[in-house]
Amino acid sequence: MDDFLPRVLLGGFGVALVAGPLGAFIVWRRMAYFGDTLSHSGLLGVVLGTVLGINPQLSVAITCLGVALALVLLQRRQALATDTLLGILAHATLSLGLVALAFLETVRVDLVSYLFGDILSISTTDLYWIWGGNLLTLSILLGLWRPLLAATVHEELARVEGVPVFQIRLAFMLLIAIVIAVAMKVVGILLITSLLIIPAATARRFARSPEGMAMLASVFGCLAVGLGLWASLRWDTPAGPSVVVAATSLFMLGSATPNRWWR
Amino acid sequence: MSVEPLLTVEDVSFAIRGNAIVQNVSFQVTPGEIVALIGPNGAGKSTLVRIVLGLLQPDSGQIALKPGLRVGYMPQRLAVADTLPLTVQRFITLGMSASRRRVRELLAEVGAAQVLDSPVQAISGGELQRVLLARALLRQPDLLVLDEPIQGVDLNGQYELHDLISNLRRQRGCGILMVSHELHLVMATTDHVICLNRHVCCSGHPDHVARDPAYLELFGIEGARTLAIYHHRHNHRHDLHGAVVASAEDGAHG
Repeated sequence: MDDFLPRVLLGGFGVALVAGPLGAFIVWRRMAYFGDTLSHSGLLGVVLGTVLGINPQLSVAITCLGVALALVLLQRRQALATDTLLGILAHATLSLGLVALAFLETVRVDLVSYLFGDILSISTTDLYWIWGGNLLTLSILLGLWRPLLAATVHEELARVEGVPVFQIRLAFMLLIAIVIAVAMKVVGILLITSLLIIPAATARRFARSPEGMAMLASVFGCLAVGLGLWASLRWDTPAGPSVVVAATSLFMLGSATPNRWWR
Repeated sequence: MSVEPLLTVEDVSFAIRGNAIVQNVSFQVTPGEIVALIGPNGAGKSTLVRIVLGLLQPDSGQIALKPGLRVGYMPQRLAVADTLPLTVQRFITLGMSASRRRVRELLAEVGAAQVLDSPVQAISGGELQRVLLARALLRQPDLLVLDEPIQGVDLNGQYELHDLISNLRRQRGCGILMVSHELHLVMATTDHVICLNRHVCCSGHPDHVARDPAYLELFGIEGARTLAIYHHRHNHRHDLHGAVVASAEDGAHG
């Protein structure tokens, strides 16, 4: 029990750190709903992992990636708008996960902890997964940074200048899938998108460069994790939602600062 | 023709769900030449440009680029999310490093030095066109592809940009493929006009095209008459802010 708090903080900070730059790209690329859809499919990943007997983080990442690829295929074939497709996929996969869960009579899965996170029960193994996924994601993101930014600013211009835009987009989806798998323990699959988007949105007002915004988003994310966990322990509130409430409070505080601070 | 063309488009066709967008189009761009693609909305101009750039695959026909050709592309629009903090300097050097001094020189060359540190979302339409041009120039292109370079620019700005583009051709010797809405805007600066309405209606020197029956049919007599209005010489120019500046030696517009 001694190392409980450091373990929880280490896990939370780990997720916030990688959520910052990735969340910034999600905001810039207007992909918030896309992230939401992927994370909704996380529960299905948990169930599949339980059935197949593989690690839940791994099965969640694979399932999210599968849903992302399904979306890419549907976008090519269907005449439906992307937001409609996302809406279908998000709720179909979440419901599929819940239905599949009902069939697992012999296995007990703590639904609430997967939906809303269970950071207080974080284990050392979880920490390895979080920081392993973290370092992997951050190093891929660092390598992709320039082409990804170019493709975000103007996709066709980037293509003419030789950026492999399609491959980059797939790699970006892979990163989101990894982060969802990793962050699930901390805020749960229903709240993951908020940890990606809110700190990035908070950082926007104070940033002058893309890199500055990404780093600031990490800082705000860590602040939200610290504040949220503190509040959770102090008032015995659920940890995941407390972190999101803290992030939202920081966002509102940031929005209330005078304009002259940042322009 | 003794000069090797930079770009050869040969009998290119493109259709969407059986709808012909571009039909059997052929043309060339040689070094130092300005070729303008003109035509009404929906004539397939932008589609053709996207085929030339390799963004679309033609259903039939060939696109041949001179080996090792560097292409500078100036897109029609730039829609950067307001959430992305990006200065003009950073935008220009995206995907290609260059010193701040070099970027400032380039911006000065296109007459937009004052926006170096502005957010890309905060500059005017005319400034944006110049920034996009500067960005294309940084790549030291052999072929410049400009998709409606004067869109969203007021009339004097349009003349300024056309002067700029024809000066570029002279100073850098690059070939230019330019999409434009109307002939009168490209009259003075263009060597070769291709009048497009899915297929090539007529092509040739602008003076020749202006009298071509196919052109008159496409744009109507009214459209042709406006040529007369614009076919005059300015004795002064305006800078970006509308102030009158002394006309340079080559500052006359047709």
